[in-house]
Amino acid sequence: MTRLAVPKTYKLYIGGKFPRSESGRTYEVLSKKGVFLANASLASRKDARDAVVAARAAVAGWSGATGYNRGQVLYRIAELLEGRRDQFVEELVSSEGITKAAATKQVDTAIDAWVWYAGWADKYVQVAGNGNPVSGPYFNLSTPEATGVVAIIAPQGGDSLLGLVAVIAPAILTGNTVVVVASEASPLAAISLSEVLATSDVPGGVVNILTGSPKEIAPWLAGHADVNAIDLAGAENLDWVDLQVIAADTLKRVLAPVAGAPAPSLERIVALTETKTVWHTKSLI
Amino acid sequence: MANEVSTGSTRFLDYAPAPESTSILHLQKSYGLFIDGAFVKGHGKSFQTISPSTEQTIAEIANANAKDVDTAVAAARRAYDRTWSRLSGADRGKYLFRIARLVQERARELAVAESLDNGKPIKESRDVDVPLVAAWFFYYAGWADKLDYAGLGPNPRALGVAAQVIPWNFPLLMLAWKVAPALAAGNTVVIKPAETTPLSALIFAEILQQAELPDGVVNIITGAGDTGEALVNHPDVNKVAFTGSTAVGRAIAKSVAGTGKKVTLELGGKAANIVFDDAPIDQAVEGIVNGIFFNQGHVCCAGSRLLVQESIHDDVVDRLKTRLSTLRLGDPLDKNTDIGAINSREQLERIRELSDIGEKEGADRWTAPCVIPDKGFWFAPTIFDNVSTSSTIAREEVFGPVLSVLTFRTPAEAIAKANNTPYGLSAGIWSDKGSKILAVADQLRAGVIWANTFNRFDPASPFGGYKESGYGREGGRHGLAAYLESAGWSQPAIGAKK
Repeated sequence: MTRLAVPKTYKLYIGGKFPRSESGRTYEVLSKKGVFLANASLASRKDARDAVVAARAAVAGWSGATGYNRGQVLYRIAELLEGRRDQFVEELVSSEGITKAAATKQVDTAIDAWVWYAGWADKYVQVAGNGNPVSGPYFNLSTPEATGVVAIIAPQGGDSLLGLVAVIAPAILTGNTVVVVASEASPLAAISLSEVLATSDVPGGVVNILTGSPKEIAPWLAGHADVNAIDLAGAENLDWVDLQVIAADTLKRVLAPVAGAPAPSLERIVALTETKTVWHTKSLI
Repeated sequence: MANEVSTGSTRFLDYAPAPESTSILHLQKSYGLFIDGAFVKGHGKSFQTISPSTEQTIAEIANANAKDVDTAVAAARRAYDRTWSRLSGADRGKYLFRIARLVQERARELAVAESLDNGKPIKESRDVDVPLVAAWFFYYAGWADKLDYAGLGPNPRALGVAAQVIPWNFPLLMLAWKVAPALAAGNTVVIKPAETTPLSALIFAEILQQAELPDGVVNIITGAGDTGEALVNHPDVNKVAFTGSTAVGRAIAKSVAGTGKKVTLELGGKAANIVFDDAPIDQAVEGIVNGIFFNQGHVCCAGSRLLVQESIHDDVVDRLKTRLSTLRLGDPLDKNTDIGAINSREQLERIRELSDIGEKEGADRWTAPCVIPDKGFWFAPTIFDNVSTSSTIAREEVFGPVLSVLTFRTPAEAIAKANNTPYGLSAGIWSDKGSKILAVADQLRAGVIWANTFNRFDPASPFGGYKESGYGREGGRHGLAAYLESAGWSQPAIGAKK
C-alpha cells in the first residue's frame, strides 16, 4: 500500500507572508524531463510594487539592527538550511535534473555562503570605512551603510538555490532589504528558501521573493522610484541595457549581469552600500 | 555713518577699495586646446570667456568639436599605452608632487585668474580653492606607489582613459578632484572645463608643461555641452567622471548604459542645515551664512534649506538678517568682498526665476540691503521664511545665494524633513549635545554630514551623494578606488570538499 503524497502549494513571499499573485495567475513548473511539478505564482506588476512597499517598510528596523544581530540572523538561516538539507537536495534533483551529488554540493555551498556572509555583518564597516586625517581640528569618519531597497534579478541558469543565496546574502547583511525575482524555470527552491527565511528570525519584508517572468517584472522594478539599487545578476538574457537606461531615470546603483551564481565577495557587499562621511569640530583647549 | 550697523543702504563699515592686482596674470589673447602636450587649434566655433563682474572679455577660447575630442582621446590612449602605464607608481607620484608645488608657486596668479573668470571673491579663491588644489595633488601624489593599500586587493589596475567633465563653480578645484586621483591610479585624462570658466584650467596646462608631464597624459579641451557629450560618449574612454546638474548626470547614466564604463557622478543637492535649540547659536549663524552664501551659493552641497527648531526660529532669523546686512557684495578681486558675482547671466536668470516662484508660492522674501553694481551679474543675499516643504524653493536646487527657512519641533520631524528630497549629498547638524548629533547623523540619508561646521573639504575626506545626488566618492581612499579595478581577491573556500 503506497501512501498518497501531500504536494505543496508554491506561493509568493511578500512582507513575511505567503500570498498568491494578486493577478490570480500561475504557470506550470516542469522538471527537466517535462514532468509537472507545481503551479507557481506568476507575479504581476502589482505584486512587485507591493513587495517594494514591504521592503521599504522593513528598511528602518533591519538597517537599524546591530551588525552582530544581523550576523546571527544570517547564521540562523544557515542552521535551518542545514536541517532541511535533504528536502533541498531532493527538490533540486527533481527541478534541475541534476545528480544527487551535484545537488548536495549546491546545497552545502549555499549553506556555507550564508555562514561566510554572516561573519561580514559586523566587520565590513571596518574594512570598507576609515577615519580620515583631514587638515584641521575635525573628527572625520567615513562609514558604509545600506543603500536601502535593492531589486534583484536572481541567476536564471542552473544553481537555482545557490544563485539565489549568492545575491540575497551580500545585499541583506548590511541592512538592505530586497525584492528578488527568482529563477523563472526553477523557482521551487526559492519558495522553499523563503520558508526557511520566515522561520529564522529574518524580519518580514527584509527578503521578498517573486516567481514569474523577469522579463515582465524587471522594467517595473528598474523604474520604481522607491528602489535604490538594482542587481541585474541574472539579467544576462534580458534586454539589460534597456533596464540600465530605465534605472538611470532615478540614478539607481546598477550591478551588471554575471554568468552563473556570483562568487562570494566583499565587493558585492560594498557595491550595495553608501559611504557616509561625518565631520565634527574639535574645540581648541 | 561708519562703524555702526546701519539700516539704510550704507555699509556696516566703510572700507577703502582693496583690489588684488591683475598684473600677476600673463594671459594670452586667445587659447587653443591642450592636446598631447601642446596648444592646438580647435575646429569648432571659438567663444569668449568674460568676467561676470564686468562683462568684459578676458580671452578667446577654442571650441573642441567631435574631431578634436577624437584627437584628444587618441592622445590620451597613446600616452596611456606607451608612457603612463609603463611608469612606476613612484615616478607618477613625483610628477604629481611637482604639480602640487607648481600650483603653490603660482597660487596667487591662479587665484586672481579664478576670481576674474568665475566671479568668486578673491578671499575664497586665495584661501580655499587654490590651497585645496595643491593639497589635492599632494595627497594623491603619495598614493601613486601605494595602490596595493587602496582596499581593492593586490595589484589593482588602472582603468585606462578617463573622460572628465567639470562645472563652473569651483573650476580649478574640480579639475584637481578629477585629475589628481586619475593620474595617481595610473589613468590618463581628457578633461573639459565648463564653458564659462576655462581660464584657470588653461593656466594649469602651462603648469603641466613646466612639470614636464609626459605629452598626452592630461588633455584639456574647452567647449560647451556638445563637446562634453562627445567626450563621455567616446567609445575609447574607460571611465567617466562628471560633476554638474542631476539632469545632465541622468543623461550620462543613460548614454553609458551597457558600455561597461566606470562612472562617478557628483550631482545636485538640496542640503538641510538643521539647527537645534541647544546649538551654539553664534557659531550656527556663521555656519548658516557659510553654508549658503559661500561662493554665492554656487555649491552643490550648499545648506540651502535651513531647518531651525521652532522655539529659536525668530532669534536665529533676526541674527541672520543682522549678519547678512554686514556682508559686502562687489568686486570679486577686492580683498574685503564677501559676495562676488553670479557666474553667468543664464544662472542669474534662473536664480531670479526660482526666487520669484518662491514669493508667488507664499514664502516671505527678505533681501539683504546692498548696492548692486551697474555692470555684471549680481544677486543680493536672500532669505525666504515660512517656506513649506512642498514649495519649489524647498525642493529644487537654486544654486545661488538664496536660503529657505523651515521649522521643526522634534528631532524625528527634523530628520523626516531633511530626508524629504530626492537628493542626498550633504547635511548640517548644529547642537551642543554629542549624542543627539550622532543619532541624527545616523538617520540622515546624505553622503557628507557636517556637525557644528559646514562646507569643509579635504583631499583625505570622501565626498559624494546618496540617491539622486549621484554615485561614487571623490577624495580619500574611496576617491582613489573610483579610478581602479580590482585584480581579484583570493576566493574564500566555500562548499563541499571534493
